[in-house]
Amino acid sequence: MKFDTVIIGGGLSGLVSGISLQKAGRSTAIVSAGQNAMHFFSGSFESLTEAPERLMEIFSESGVNVHYSKGVRLMPLGTFKESSLSLEDISIFPDPAFARKVMVVNLAGYHDFFSSFIAEGLEKTGIGCRVCTIRLPELEHLRKSPSEMRSVQIARVMDRIWEKVMQEIRLMLKDEDAIVLPQVFGLQDITVPARIREVIPAKVVFTGTLPPSVPGLRTQMQLKRYYETLGGTFLMGDEVVDAHCHDGSVHSVETRNLGRHYLEADNFILATGGFFSKGLAATPQEVYETVFNLDVEYSEDRNAWYDPDFSKDQPYLDFGVKTDEALHPMRDSVTFKNLYAIGSILGSTRKEFGTASGGAILSAFHAVDKILSGK
Amino acid sequence: MKIQEHTVSAHNFEECMKCTVCTAYCPVLQVNPLYPGPKQAGPDGERLRLKDPYFFTTALKYCMNCKRCEVSCPSGVHVADLIQAARIKYDKSAPKLRDMMLASTDFMGRMARPFAPIVNGITSLGITKTVLDATLKIDRERTFPKYSAHGFESWLWRHSREQSAFEEQVAYYHGCYVNYNYPQLGKDLVKVLNALGVGVQLLQGEKCCGIAMITNGMSDKARKNAAKNMEALSKAVDKGLGVVTTSTTCTLTLRDEYPQLLGVDNSYVRDSINLATRFIFEKLSKGAELHFRPDFKMKVAYHVPCHLEKLGWGVFSEKLMRMIPGLEFTLLDSACCGIAGTYGFKKENYKVSQEIGAPLFEQIRLVDPDVVACDCETCKWQIEMSTGYKVMHPVSILAKALANQD
Repeated sequence: MKFDTVIIGGGLSGLVSGISLQKAGRSTAIVSAGQNAMHFFSGSFESLTEAPERLMEIFSESGVNVHYSKGVRLMPLGTFKESSLSLEDISIFPDPAFARKVMVVNLAGYHDFFSSFIAEGLEKTGIGCRVCTIRLPELEHLRKSPSEMRSVQIARVMDRIWEKVMQEIRLMLKDEDAIVLPQVFGLQDITVPARIREVIPAKVVFTGTLPPSVPGLRTQMQLKRYYETLGGTFLMGDEVVDAHCHDGSVHSVETRNLGRHYLEADNFILATGGFFSKGLAATPQEVYETVFNLDVEYSEDRNAWYDPDFSKDQPYLDFGVKTDEALHPMRDSVTFKNLYAIGSILGSTRKEFGTASGGAILSAFHAVDKILSGK
Repeated sequence: MKIQEHTVSAHNFEECMKCTVCTAYCPVLQVNPLYPGPKQAGPDGERLRLKDPYFFTTALKYCMNCKRCEVSCPSGVHVADLIQAARIKYDKSAPKLRDMMLASTDFMGRMARPFAPIVNGITSLGITKTVLDATLKIDRERTFPKYSAHGFESWLWRHSREQSAFEEQVAYYHGCYVNYNYPQLGKDLVKVLNALGVGVQLLQGEKCCGIAMITNGMSDKARKNAAKNMEALSKAVDKGLGVVTTSTTCTLTLRDEYPQLLGVDNSYVRDSINLATRFIFEKLSKGAELHFRPDFKMKVAYHVPCHLEKLGWGVFSEKLMRMIPGLEFTLLDSACCGIAGTYGFKKENYKVSQEIGAPLFEQIRLVDPDVVACDCETCKWQIEMSTGYKVMHPVSILAKALANQD
């Protein structure tokens, strides 16, 4: 099967590059080995210091509502982190003292939202706090198997009953000028977070839960749907098992499901992610790239891979495939002229693009530009 | 230091990193709180079951075996296989009469066919449905698939001479549905393959693939069918014949469930078993041509059935339909219709089954197509019953769009 570009990896960077190329009239396919890191998305595009116009265009065409302002956002454990471009759900404040008094709302039986940590964190910044738990009969059926009372299951119910829940929350409000809610709103109906802000007479702050991330899941669905509307071929649950390369260029790849129907293309994009998504993997001796066995930048000294202090930044997360200026990776120091590595597989090897979701987007645009300019 | 570097467990059980992604895509978990969910029923439960079979729970029967957990798993865990394998290994309760009847598609078809008009009349009567509901717990709201008086096998026998005149030959695994309920799909396939210069013949001694037996606690019987099918398929492969299919679930069963769940070695025939859409796509990409009617017009919404998502071959059906001039194509969102073979026929599952399908039915109504395209026979029953829209197999759509040969 022949395409202009084949993208390996269906996460944020894969989808952004796929959408951009389809919009430019190119035919593409995305091979996605299962779901991706969007399911753990915080809602803020880390390390993006501006909002590129072409990105805002893609988001608006996909129906993804975002906003941009520099400040901080409230994290799931009650700390604050610098943020800028974010999904509409995420509140950005100029500084952590965003309210005088806050009501943190949790749902009875829900263990994946840490309301008391949030209250503790807010009190440290001098914000008064009250934690309330509401019991909703509509959620009682979920409690029959308590381990399954997760964000997504709750969100499906909330799409139907959010108005009633907000009425209850309004009645509970005393002198608080802000409320903190778990991110369990607006899974299918994307208008819900904005409508909640309209009906609550206080600031509404949606804060992260344990995975899956409801805003992340929604964003992934929107981007995938838009990509398919543009004519892109999304091969979900398939993975590349072999690559046919010759003279520093990739000719085709073979997937587990399509077998002898090789995916041929002029260009290939590798967006398979880091260790979590299995773009990179390690044995006790080495760190390697899983599809092409590309050259990887990592420390030879295994003891330097990790910091024994679990809470510190772990050095292995900086490891990534080696690339040239155009993001062409290499194997045995021979550069692949029609292959581009983007997103988390770069680790921190290309600091100019940033890291995490911001890095995923900017490296995707860089590769797309190179492909479209024929370099 | 001794380190185990690679997964050694069955169904990739050790690869689960507890990320919970599968729980977001399980259609049952969204509507049935009695089901423990794919993570708990699959890898989490397996860890406990390996310690002590006491931890097996019959709530695993609520799994529809749709495989959406496996398609979404970022770690390659065969979640649904873990669940079905546990049911085969630990659930020793005898299947109910109803489940045996629902599972024996082959036997029931053979019994019903000679009396097709009578059987069809009886099963569509309100009183029959009420009785079946009360006695066998088959839900009264369900519409029964109709039986066809003349089976596909006998039709193809009658045309075997003209079929053997084609230089290139394939064997067709038609499955119970085409033989007993809907021979027209088989005839459509023959029409399209003939137009490509390919003759169609029957396998010698094809049996029901056995998927309904596997999911209804009759794996021993399924294994017997598997052995006979392996024999029939091997004979075809010996003769250098490729095998084409039109049922996505039969295909998944023959290729993947046999080795994964029944322990039947199918390596000799596996690569020769191809969905017809994939086979046709392959012919066309190698230069063969189909000629379509210039006046063909059809608005199609395509639903990819769960087992086709698992096979990863929906792309072939899509590309074939998109090449028909005059066909307006919409790809529906990836979602389960809720029927899952015999699952939705059972009274205890009917409500859940309809709730699972609701978003898909809603989207179909919004798109308002002339026809819903779908490669699965049980999805067809479910979508036709629940939406009123006509459902056609992509092969039948191709056949309809073909220009007359003579």
